Amino acid sequence: MTVLVAFVAAMLFACGSFLLMQRRLSRIIIGIGLLGHGANLLLLVSGGGIGPAPIVPEGADPNDYADPLPQALALTAIVITFGVTIFLLALGFRSWQLTRDDRVEDDIEDRIVARLDADQRESNDDDEDDVDGVEGADEEHTV
Amino acid sequence: MSTLVPLTIAIPLLAAAVSIVVGRWRWMQRVIAVTALTAVFGISVALLIGADDQGYVIHRDGGWPAPFGITLVVDRLAGLMIAVSSLVLLAVHVYAIGQAGEERRRVAFHPVYLVLAAGVMGSFVTADLFNLFVAFEMMLAASYVLITLGGRPDQVRSGMSYVVISLVASALFITTLAWVYTATGTVNMADLSIRIAELDPAVRAMLALAMLAVFGIKAGLFPLFFWLPDSYPTAPGPVVAVFAGLLTKVGVYAIIRTQTLLFDRPDYMGAVLLVIATLTMVIGVFGAIAQDDMKRILAFHIISQIGYMIFGLGLFTVAGVAGAVFYIVHHIIVKTALFLVAGLVARRAGSSRLSEVGGLVRSAPVIAVLFAVPALSLAGLPPFSGFLAKFALADAGLDAGEWLVVGASLFVGMLTLFSMTKIWAGVFWSSPEEEPVGLAPESERAANRLGAPIGMIAPTAVLAVSSIGVSIFAGALYDVSERASIELLEPIGYVTAVLGEQEVDDEVKFEVDLEPVQAEDAP
Repeated sequence: MTVLVAFVAAMLFACGSFLLMQRRLSRIIIGIGLLGHGANLLLLVSGGGIGPAPIVPEGADPNDYADPLPQALALTAIVITFGVTIFLLALGFRSWQLTRDDRVEDDIEDRIVARLDADQRESNDDDEDDVDGVEGADEEHTV
Repeated sequence: MSTLVPLTIAIPLLAAAVSIVVGRWRWMQRVIAVTALTAVFGISVALLIGADDQGYVIHRDGGWPAPFGITLVVDRLAGLMIAVSSLVLLAVHVYAIGQAGEERRRVAFHPVYLVLAAGVMGSFVTADLFNLFVAFEMMLAASYVLITLGGRPDQVRSGMSYVVISLVASALFITTLAWVYTATGTVNMADLSIRIAELDPAVRAMLALAMLAVFGIKAGLFPLFFWLPDSYPTAPGPVVAVFAGLLTKVGVYAIIRTQTLLFDRPDYMGAVLLVIATLTMVIGVFGAIAQDDMKRILAFHIISQIGYMIFGLGLFTVAGVAGAVFYIVHHIIVKTALFLVAGLVARRAGSSRLSEVGGLVRSAPVIAVLFAVPALSLAGLPPFSGFLAKFALADAGLDAGEWLVVGASLFVGMLTLFSMTKIWAGVFWSSPEEEPVGLAPESERAANRLGAPIGMIAPTAVLAVSSIGVSIFAGALYDVSERASIELLEPIGYVTAVLGEQEVDDEVKFEVDLEPVQAEDAP
């Protein structure tokens, strides 16, 4: 059972990591969700094997019962992951509202710095145009 | 004394709740937030004095003994951290109130800021690895909201990468927690300190490196810092100041805490930390040189400064760790002050790009002075706190014979000075090359000789003066750092204080009983 759960967690990690590498925001969010599930499952399984609810009567061996602590920890972690994923979805929706596209954009400032050398040959005035140019280039190369 | 410890978390959280209820009346929100943060500052200073005076201040929640209940501990390091952080939180909040800007109109600003404060405080005082995760999440969830508060396209774009990176780090944190629990069966740090020592060295190394990676993402260590300079500069001025000052330092604190308390500081870890520290310092400062935006230059300098702290830790000597602790205290104040000045410049001149701003030394001399003090301190010029902090680290490094790292740190200090000079020349001396956009209203500029509203100038000045205070009282502060460092390097004191003399003995017996159980669980 433990091995099966561990295997499922591994699969979730693999799929989550793969989706994180994508350029589309919706996939990244699903990837984050899967990654969170994998981590929470791992936390759940960290308590050891399965067992009855840990209400241990006098004289019984506590080791026969399930460990309640990781379950409590996993529950807390699940709530946190849930809340933050919702925020991420809202942010993704906002991003889609603003750009009508769910691609992750490049950092504009990075490109400006990279082009600084080229910029210096021209006058500094068309800095703004350059930003637009960068965004245009962005659109072309990511489909 | 120990009942004060949970108040550092409870007061801001409670104030956040009340602040939502009274959201309709902005002045009431402000009064509540400032009162709460002032109270937290007072309590933190009292706790620091208490911790320095009588050792560990320990609060056991609900009276449950240590490995089972929730324990909060303030030792000298945590005391220093909460005292400095609460001062910075208070100053930045006053600054935010003084700034008539975007974030001031938002109802959510005050409650979310208070939750952030509670999360920062919680991360410092917790003695439990899982509660560290919860406090981190509290702080990060608040920071997600703050960083995207305006909802502008650039904020959403950079906020997105910030949130995604933080979530990946959180998932890794949960994974590491699962490993730790599987290996040891506890999450209490004092208890872990005993149990991790009994593990196989290979498992120990895996856990140590996993934690270094998790906290390294938050702290912005060398291979994991890429998110930081992209996401910080788009946030509103006061928000980025508190992020720059505090959030990465919480990561550094967690690295120091876990690497000293939980693990036995093997040689390879010292070497790994020193290599990472050197690369972080050098690459951070090179990144800063290429930038044109004042906020981005400063953001890259956060990274290079984090390298100094890790350098001190990596030495694993009393002088080294003491230097790192002193450096963190100095850095939190100075960096926050610099970002507040960047906010002042952006407000005064309408931009923080070096190419668009200029001549501020004549038009706003007060801002120029407020920049010069923390900037020279950051670069490490003699009368300022940065010099003392760097000197302490370099001295410790030379004692340990780490010539290469010390050399790199001095080289980076020189480049930092170059970078600060570049900002000075670009923002304060030169005439603007481009026409700035979005200037502050003409009437306000004419009416105010300070260059900005007094509510923004005053907190910046308080932090600048505090950074001078750090160098004036450097002797006393360094002594506290040194005692904190001794405490950190002898974790048995922490362990016995938290678990109690008797429990430590029981623990060892308990451990023997538990051994066959763990063997059963393994297959």
